[in-house]
Amino acid sequence: MKEKLVLIGNGMAGVRTLEELLKITPDHYDITVFGAEPYGNYNRIMLSPLLAGEKTVDDIMLNGEQWYIDNGITLHKGKTVTQIDRVNRKVIADDGTTAHYDRLLLATGSNPFVIPVPGKDKVGVIAFRDIQDVYNMLTAARDYKKAVVIGGGLLGLEAANGLMKQGMDVTVVHLLDSLMERQLDKVASALLKASLEERGMQFLMEAATQEIIGNGRVQGVRFKDGSEIKADLVVMGVGIVPNTALAQDAGLHCERGIVVDDVMQTFDPRIYAVGECAQHRGIAYGLVAPLFEQGKVAANQLAKLGYAHYKGSVTSTKLKVTGIDLFSAGEFNQAEGDEVIVLQDAAAGTYKKLVIRDDCVKGAVLYGDTIDGTWYFQLMREGTSIADFRKTILFGQHDLGDAGHGDETRVMALSDEAEICGCNGVCKGDIIQAISREGLFTLDDVRAYTKASSSCGSCTGLVEALLASTVGEGYDASPNKKPMCKCTEYSHDEVIAAIKENELKTIPVVRDFLNWETPDGCAACRPALNYYLLAYWPGEYQDDAQSRFINERAHGNIQKDGTYSVIPRIFGGETSAEQLMSLGRIAKKWKVPTVKFTGGQRIDMLGLKKDELPGIWGDLADAGFVSGHAYGKALRTVKTCVGSEWCRFGTQDSTALGIKLEEMTWGSWMPHKYKLAVSGCPRNCAEATIKDFGVVCVDSGYELHVGGNGGIKVRVTDFLCKVETEEEVMEYVGAFSQLYREEAHYLERTAPWLERVSLSYIKERIVEDEDGRKALYERFKYSQQFAQTDPWKARAEGVEAHEFTPLQIQG
Amino acid sequence: MANWTEIAKLEDIPKLGARVLKMDSVDIALFRTATDEVFAIKDQCPHKQGPLSQGIVHGSSVTCPLHNWKIDLASGEALGPDEGCVNTYEVKVENGNVYLALSADDVAVA
Repeated sequence: MKEKLVLIGNGMAGVRTLEELLKITPDHYDITVFGAEPYGNYNRIMLSPLLAGEKTVDDIMLNGEQWYIDNGITLHKGKTVTQIDRVNRKVIADDGTTAHYDRLLLATGSNPFVIPVPGKDKVGVIAFRDIQDVYNMLTAARDYKKAVVIGGGLLGLEAANGLMKQGMDVTVVHLLDSLMERQLDKVASALLKASLEERGMQFLMEAATQEIIGNGRVQGVRFKDGSEIKADLVVMGVGIVPNTALAQDAGLHCERGIVVDDVMQTFDPRIYAVGECAQHRGIAYGLVAPLFEQGKVAANQLAKLGYAHYKGSVTSTKLKVTGIDLFSAGEFNQAEGDEVIVLQDAAAGTYKKLVIRDDCVKGAVLYGDTIDGTWYFQLMREGTSIADFRKTILFGQHDLGDAGHGDETRVMALSDEAEICGCNGVCKGDIIQAISREGLFTLDDVRAYTKASSSCGSCTGLVEALLASTVGEGYDASPNKKPMCKCTEYSHDEVIAAIKENELKTIPVVRDFLNWETPDGCAACRPALNYYLLAYWPGEYQDDAQSRFINERAHGNIQKDGTYSVIPRIFGGETSAEQLMSLGRIAKKWKVPTVKFTGGQRIDMLGLKKDELPGIWGDLADAGFVSGHAYGKALRTVKTCVGSEWCRFGTQDSTALGIKLEEMTWGSWMPHKYKLAVSGCPRNCAEATIKDFGVVCVDSGYELHVGGNGGIKVRVTDFLCKVETEEEVMEYVGAFSQLYREEAHYLERTAPWLERVSLSYIKERIVEDEDGRKALYERFKYSQQFAQTDPWKARAEGVEAHEFTPLQIQG
Repeated sequence: MANWTEIAKLEDIPKLGARVLKMDSVDIALFRTATDEVFAIKDQCPHKQGPLSQGIVHGSSVTCPLHNWKIDLASGEALGPDEGCVNTYEVKVENGNVYLALSADDVAVA
């Protein structure tokens, strides 16, 4: 017989937990859900747009009743549970319905805080918490004119904005002297107030409510100083308090919320709590974002996997008032000793402030231009050192918005037809629609449904910004670490550390050790694990062909029609008449449809059928060529200019140095593609300053540059150091390459890697630590012994023949 | 009427891998899972006709190499929010031999 799970509270937190649970184990429990409201599960953070008339009730439904039926869940809607009988393990609702449980999940949310003043129960005094409240406000807006909203925080201002949109005269009454004081500093708060006043909202600041007056229906509000204001409708938007009454009656330990531990368990081990009713490590979150993580953890525990833990969330806030861009996160008021970076442009209506401590972002307030909010938030959560780019940090993350939208970064100002994802042709309108219609909260969700940012990823920042501004604070940016893929909770760094420290040497062993959730992993984690094992255990680890993307498995680039391209290596881009004649002869023999020069100074033969590959490779090997690895996450090319041998400006023999470097590095597998260049003088004809490692020769030696990228987002290299001899260049290239191989995440180019770990860190490891550099160089050379066998020649001689031979009908 | 045709030995198909049977009318991809189940589907992703046989196999699904669509090998249906379906063929393994149910038409044009 199945165990019984009862959920009290049919809101976002509880149902999200059920969704996570059903994903892991669809059949473990008989599930019963009690919800006090007469609806399915809806998106509570969309109540503001509902009130403002920007959405309908259907728009904000997350799980309609069919969802409960489809998943075999018993839904008691419109029934309020009034008692938990922990001895007999059952819950009892107001209409007498009972349900037994083996596990109980409390997600009772929170109640609006109603200030205890005389008259608070009069007709026309309401809160802003559920769909019914919204209906009450909409009705009042039709029949009455004057609204007073008590509370100038997030909740109150959103209610006030909605009522104003419905045509009411709205006055916001706030106890303190600045709005949203829990999210904004005084400057941003004043900007917000001015902007709302411009729209017609009125404010009474530092006003303490004493009494709500009226005969029967509310007629006005009286303040402590004796003044009065007329009102036909009073909305209590002061705040919320966790709804713990039921738990308290049942004898569960409660403080501000129902106290839970890191596995979301209450003091009764059969009872869990998630969402706004729960208090974790002293905090009861009043925002939606943390519940996604809490739900995952609770589901993991309910499914009896038992390894997920909740460690708390860092939250950020956006105000969902159309046309006002405002973002706040962390400790936005500086403490003593903190540094503050501010950019204020009154004419443009923008204000940005970052609070910095020990070179890390601790808090951010943005007003008017919030596009970089998600970036600052990420820097804050990840504790990234900003020392290297603090001069430009307030100008924003430059790699936002490159795929065809130039410097257009104010994403909300774009029209619905504006193309956000250039790879998959996804417009802004499509993304916003999908987010609302499908109830999406994470970047992964949006990628799955719309394909936006799922290819080259250059528009990720734009998509995140859209997500953040569409769902407000519900945007799930909360995980402090990003799991490697959906098969595991662990991040790339944790997986790498586990492989190193525990000497894990095969993919199944890694998956077992780290409790992978899927038996064979997926198309994302298998290639990553295969790479990490290759990089850490050179000579020991047996490459797993089935864990490689097709390009690397077939040693050619798959083209859109399923044919492959063949690019032999031409060291340093220097060729000869003999080489060219061989290539011509081979291309002719195999009737290569297209022969083209690449951007990396070599020759591409396109349009070969897969079963032809070993044949042409054999011919190439006979003519002395090896694979160019143009298909791999590997060393690609070393681009060179002609240098001092011919050029009248050349200072060193850049071509010869490039050839030496390519001879040293070819065949090495990397986290991503990896390109080098050597320019013979500062005119830099080999474009060394947009390569992963660039060498610029000068009269007195060699300048070394790292972390450039000429692709999706052009990034100029950072200057690493200057050295005097070719031997030193080789050593630095080897050491830097090895550091990248050992520490970057799979599929992370050197540019984002460098920005993540900081240039100072790389200098520390490569420039300042001579012993460390030599050790890295040695490890690189050691690994190369096993890497420098030509995969083409081997396959021409019959290795992996099945890969290139179609099956035949037998007999 | 279905006609069981011997195609290959089980070990001819790599574990978590695939082989292709090329016929005049269609290319059929034969997949082998980690647990030695064998599936046969048309070697063409419903999205942009990518060769599914070249994808990464996990569980009983394959990820298309062109744009990462996930296809269920048993049903031929696209998984997740993607929508689309690819033909499947009946296949059986007996005594280490893989047989495919081909119609008389299929074999005639082979």
